[in-house]
Amino acid sequence: MSPRAASRLEALGFARVYDYVAGKADWGSFGLPLEGLRPSRDRVGAHARTDVPACGGDERMSEVRERVRAAGWDTCFVTDSRGVVVGRLGRAALAADDDVSVEEAMTLGPSTVRPSLELDKAVERMRRQNLTTLPVTRSDGVLVGVLRREDAERALQAPADT
Amino acid sequence: MPHAIERDEVLRLLREEQAQLVEVLPPDEYADEHLPGAINIPLKALDRETTRRLDRERPVIVYCYDTQ
Repeated sequence: MSPRAASRLEALGFARVYDYVAGKADWGSFGLPLEGLRPSRDRVGAHARTDVPACGGDERMSEVRERVRAAGWDTCFVTDSRGVVVGRLGRAALAADDDVSVEEAMTLGPSTVRPSLELDKAVERMRRQNLTTLPVTRSDGVLVGVLRREDAERALQAPADT
Repeated sequence: MPHAIERDEVLRLLREEQAQLVEVLPPDEYADEHLPGAINIPLKALDRETTRRLDRERPVIVYCYDTQ
């Protein structure tokens, strides 16, 4: 639709016309704000915990475990040099022997959601799949944070501001 | 010919050249959510009259929901 609109504008004499082809789906998936009747607080991005620990695949398990526990978490996301999520260390993985590398212990390619996903849909998915957390990533795969089911359910029960 | 651009270029044009955002989806979809500062001119309504409020000296960025 937008290519036709861009062509139409050029035909109307506008000299500098650009087509943002990926549109507002891309904008929202990247965690950028949107305005309108469906406010940002109804979306995953507003409730994701951004203090969830992350580590690199080449780090030592003993150091990662210590850092994760000190931060009060029981999970850690493994990211590459750009911050893209490549794996996850859950409770069992964090209890792995020190001589096992992060790369060996992690679960590869965890399922993720975008910040623009509606909160109720995320909760529905977590209930259906019996998940307590969901990693949140931008459309380029970079970690934003993690959505905890208890936080999301509490937010859905809270009355909306008037 | 219009230039297809990605998010980074949208952000740059907004920041450095005061570009104007135009959502070309129907009004109800615009009302639900739109990019900050965007105005709504549905594709079917794009004509000389409805585009009169756009500044011809500044870049215009059009968008819809996604690539569909």
